[in-house]
Amino acid sequence: MKSFKEIYKSSENKIAGIAAAPGIVIGKAYLFSKEKLEINKAPITNADEAINNFQEALKQSKKELNKIFGFAREKMDEVRAAIFEAQLMILDDPILLEHIKQRIRNEMVQPEFIVSDEISKYQELMIISHESYMKERAHDIEDIKQRIIRNLQKKRWQSKIEKNLIVVSEALTPADTLLFSRREALAFVTDHGGLTSHAAIISRSLNLPAVVGTQKATQMIKDGEQIIVDGFHGYVIINPTEVQLEFFRAKQDKLIKLQKGLEELKDLPAKTLDGKIINIEANVDVSGEIDLVLTTGANGIGLYRTEQILNELGTFPDENEQTEIYSNLASRMYPKFLTIRAYDIGGDKFRINEYKEPNPFLGLRGIRFLLENENLFKAQIRAVLRASENKNLKFMIPMITTLEEIWRSIKLIQECKSELRKEKVKFDNQMKIGIMVEVPSAAVMAKEFSDEIDFVSIGTNDLIQYLMAVDRGNDLVSNLYQEFSPVVIRTIAHIVREAKKGKVPVSICGEMAADTLAIPLLVGLGLDSLSMSPATILNAKRIIRNFEFKKAKILANECLQCKTEIDIQKKVQKFFEDNNISRTRNII
Amino acid sequence: MIEKTVKIVNKAGLHTRPAATIVKLAAKYKSDFFIYRDGMNINGKSIIGVMTLAAEIGSELKLTFNGPDEQQACDEISAYFERGFDEL
Repeated sequence: MKSFKEIYKSSENKIAGIAAAPGIVIGKAYLFSKEKLEINKAPITNADEAINNFQEALKQSKKELNKIFGFAREKMDEVRAAIFEAQLMILDDPILLEHIKQRIRNEMVQPEFIVSDEISKYQELMIISHESYMKERAHDIEDIKQRIIRNLQKKRWQSKIEKNLIVVSEALTPADTLLFSRREALAFVTDHGGLTSHAAIISRSLNLPAVVGTQKATQMIKDGEQIIVDGFHGYVIINPTEVQLEFFRAKQDKLIKLQKGLEELKDLPAKTLDGKIINIEANVDVSGEIDLVLTTGANGIGLYRTEQILNELGTFPDENEQTEIYSNLASRMYPKFLTIRAYDIGGDKFRINEYKEPNPFLGLRGIRFLLENENLFKAQIRAVLRASENKNLKFMIPMITTLEEIWRSIKLIQECKSELRKEKVKFDNQMKIGIMVEVPSAAVMAKEFSDEIDFVSIGTNDLIQYLMAVDRGNDLVSNLYQEFSPVVIRTIAHIVREAKKGKVPVSICGEMAADTLAIPLLVGLGLDSLSMSPATILNAKRIIRNFEFKKAKILANECLQCKTEIDIQKKVQKFFEDNNISRTRNII
Repeated sequence: MIEKTVKIVNKAGLHTRPAATIVKLAAKYKSDFFIYRDGMNINGKSIIGVMTLAAEIGSELKLTFNGPDEQQACDEISAYFERGFDEL
């Protein structure tokens, strides 16, 4: 059988984009465009009737939005669902509504024209702003405008959408994405947006394949055409040939079989053939992924990236909002553990000051940023503590470089604890505090650092970047980003050894844990906990259940003697062959 | 009429959530409430209007209140600005 690479190389009828949510879907395209509504500017004779129609349209729009709002709340959580609250408020905006009614009376033309004209004025004001979030805002308001106009025209949008289609659109608002998923959309393809666009985040949490940022999907794909969406590689194929159909159908069959075989592993432990149990946890970006986590039988969440909340909200949530988010997650995971990582962001992301850092990766990020912004950090610590009542929370600090940073962080945590005690708020006084080891200095000092805290988690993505002095986003040097470099393997071995001297548990939560090829080696190096994206967990279990810990240790020792990445890769690949374990990449 | 100049002090600026809160606060009062910035005078009781203000940290806005309860309105709303929209 051909490989994906060969298939794509020989395909003229493909569009490339960003793989935003995994899966393969073959289906009919539904070209979704909001520009279909034509605005009627005809004169009217009865203003009262027109205003009545306008009121009715508002009422209907409110009904629709309330429904989406409710659905969003149950699917996401209160704070994220609040994206819709402002939209609802616009439908009650006294100034806007009064102005529209006045203009209907004065100008005596169709209300849909006035609505469109009036709301567009505000959108133009937003678009001329230089801030990118204002353009997003104008886009959100487009949704409200179109909704009112459609209701004035008494069109029912939902009735036009058949079930089981692939939605192809320029961009998707959160409301669109949720509604489409309710109409059992199969997948999403968009022209714009990246991994953090609403469509991408929501499709991942709903487990629907998505390819975003294709630039030209809406121009290339016609409504009703058959297309293939490959959310693993980020391609869309238009009007597939028989050969292509056959290829992707076979892949789908394999995926289904693989999934079925894997599902049986859900309730089984990740235990090696000789009885060593590895703790498998999930990395989570958005709370919607919890459903997926629970279906894989993960032992807990090893990494919850709180900075994703900022990406979605576009702002810092306050202490109460955070408490709610964390409490919800903690209670859904209970009695399993939830490890919350403090915001891992750089100052450049949120325009803290005018100074643009020439080297943001070596700049004010992670704990450095948090200690510079103590109030922000303390609000997060307090929220985590307040959510810790059921004693299933852990708190983890990113980018630790010096001992002083650990001391200062612990001091702040203690301050928050005594504040909460005074306020008579319950929390888990024993809550475990850990650090990310992802900076070479922390790796070298692993023993001393781990003496101060309760657990260590290795963040391989940054650790490799800093060890190799390579920006993996830079194509000119990205070949130096070597997961299997002897430097990386020896450093991990050092961290594990040093931390274990102080009996501090060590886990790994970088993408390396999700590279199934690395799993036997990591287990052999002595890591007893791996945290990875939920989609990989069942596969990781399958691999671990197919080798002996004894043999993995031998493999690790051999790899620690190797001098080049290639040597290590060869040894690991041979380990898979010798033990008859098939690789995921080769299965699909 | 009362005039008051306020400064945006929270990091994220005047984003959607504080915009909504300001409008909700203003709705409790009878007095007119306007926000003046860059030559535009935005009615503070209109959410869509307030949403057009891209006010980042450090920027200054002029608030005006006019009506029977203008002092109370001014106190409550400018306090909310000064607290950095409760995000500090």
